[in-house]
Amino acid sequence: MRVVLAEDHALLRDGLTRLLTAHGCEVVSAVDSGPALLPALIEHRPDVAVVDVRLPPTFTDEGLQASIAAREKIPGMPVLVLSQHVEPLYARELLSDRNGGVGYLLKDRVSHVAQFIDAVRRVASGGTAMDPEVVYQLLARRQSPLSALTVREREVLSQMAEGRSNGAIAAKLFIGDKAVSKHINNIFTKLDLPVSDDDNRRVLAVLTYLHA
Amino acid sequence: MDSRDWIRDGLRSVAGGLLAIPLAVLNLPLFVLSVATLILGVVPFLGMVLFPLVTMLVRARANLARRLAGGVGVPIARPYRPLPDGKRLGPWRYYRWILTDPATWRDFAWLVPGAVIGFALGALSLAVPIYGLEGVLLIPLWIWLGTGWYGYGAIWPFDTVGDAFLSLPQGALILAIGLAVAPYLRRFDALFARQLLAPTRNAELRLRVSQLTVTRADAVDAQAAELRRIERDLHDGAQVRLVSLGMTIGLAEEMVETDPAGARKLLAEARETSSAALADLRHLVRGIHPPVLAERGLDGAVRALAMALPMPITVEAALPGRLDTPVESAAYFAIAEALANTIRHSYAHTAKVQVRHTGSLLIMQVSDDGLGGADPTGGTGLRGIERRLAAFDGTMSLSSPPGGPTVVTMELPCASFSPKTTPSSGTA
Repeated sequence: MRVVLAEDHALLRDGLTRLLTAHGCEVVSAVDSGPALLPALIEHRPDVAVVDVRLPPTFTDEGLQASIAAREKIPGMPVLVLSQHVEPLYARELLSDRNGGVGYLLKDRVSHVAQFIDAVRRVASGGTAMDPEVVYQLLARRQSPLSALTVREREVLSQMAEGRSNGAIAAKLFIGDKAVSKHINNIFTKLDLPVSDDDNRRVLAVLTYLHA
Repeated sequence: MDSRDWIRDGLRSVAGGLLAIPLAVLNLPLFVLSVATLILGVVPFLGMVLFPLVTMLVRARANLARRLAGGVGVPIARPYRPLPDGKRLGPWRYYRWILTDPATWRDFAWLVPGAVIGFALGALSLAVPIYGLEGVLLIPLWIWLGTGWYGYGAIWPFDTVGDAFLSLPQGALILAIGLAVAPYLRRFDALFARQLLAPTRNAELRLRVSQLTVTRADAVDAQAAELRRIERDLHDGAQVRLVSLGMTIGLAEEMVETDPAGARKLLAEARETSSAALADLRHLVRGIHPPVLAERGLDGAVRALAMALPMPITVEAALPGRLDTPVESAAYFAIAEALANTIRHSYAHTAKVQVRHTGSLLIMQVSDDGLGGADPTGGTGLRGIERRLAAFDGTMSLSSPPGGPTVVTMELPCASFSPKTTPSSGTA
């Protein structure tokens, strides 16, 4: 799997390169600034880009902007955005093109190496990886349309949003596949969403609905 | 007071009196000019052109009077309204701005009485010493000029030569009185000028408001910049190291079975990263509020700072207790910034910090034996100190002649000291 990495702190850039390389990824380019990112993405067309939100020169959201711009040029190019804090607003912006292949994780998650690598692979294959924190923040909103959901349904929804398949959700929550399907159908009904099998579209639908 | 000081003050005041006479005379043409301009003001446009010009002259004269008054210990603030937003106004609005400023009219009202008082007091402060001098010099003058003199002082006319010799002690006494009284005359003149030239209560409040607006904006800016700096420091420092720490431990966790040696190496790396993260946090905390400042107050913190800096620094600080936390913090960072400037720019061998307080004023002085020639407008350091202090109505003044020494004096009003509770005080 070919990866383009954008991270300005050398410590993390080297660490991520080491971690990805150790798990069979090839880091074809590791850049340290926003302006260098877009050309690198267009040149290398990686299987997945791992991008820090805040990059020089402005130290604002250069990485996010460059990722969105790259996905306009190369629709559906998988991007996993890393940040030291997560904002549902940024998640919505990333997902707004409805193309999938998007991840948005706290940098802390890299310490669970296996899960992190799993998220990278999922995004590379067109799935999603939303940080539990994003989902949590959305669920914590008051007057949320989610107030109609039961506790179990919320659990299923957050697992879904993180990008897990039905099987994975069932294993995680120690319930059967059938029960998961039932919960998901209930969620879609309560939230007025069209039923779909596609993991990615489920998350998109949820997030889009939450931000309507 | 030393007798030399006394004579010097007297002579300086007599010179001031001498200067006051032509200045007083100068008021009269200004008055005539002002009246003429006001009458011509009925002619369209002419008043608009002439009035600001004449006002400028009057203001220059009044400002000179204010400065002279300040020189004899009667400070008079300038009462004029600041230009709205510091913009340049069109002629009509400028005209109105001057016309509606009460200070314009108070200056105008001062011109004639100020001239009369200034002239009379100036003449008096000259006349008495001159008469005294005449008495002292009467005998030599008599001999030299050969003219007849009728009398002097209390003896009028002279009957004998002995009477004439008595003019010497009398003259000396009158000269002494003249010199002694002259400073009071100057002061009286200044006090009179203050009646009309000082800002009214209203104007004073207005000036205070505009000053507070500026210092508040500065304080808010400084605080926002400070918060932004802290966020950046955390984001680029400790947070990065903690993420890296997690990543390294995660990798080690994976390798522990397959490659124990590699895992051990990664763990050692992780340990180093964790100490670096702690060092970052410590550094950041020191920049926000040094722990030693919280623990020991200003004097202790300044001593600790002096020990940490790469230059021998003597600290003379004795405070009866703890200052209010915000004032203490402002004072500490002002001193720290001044010392940092000294180390960066002065090429000094030693520096000295003095902290003392008089009444409700905290006075801090940072001096060095360096090259001098510091320019407060040059860098951001000294300007930063000024801003930091201004938020608490404090001031900074700088004396830095080329060749040194440089002395930065900072003053902060401090309302109160709370009793000190240090671990060494025993009872606490």
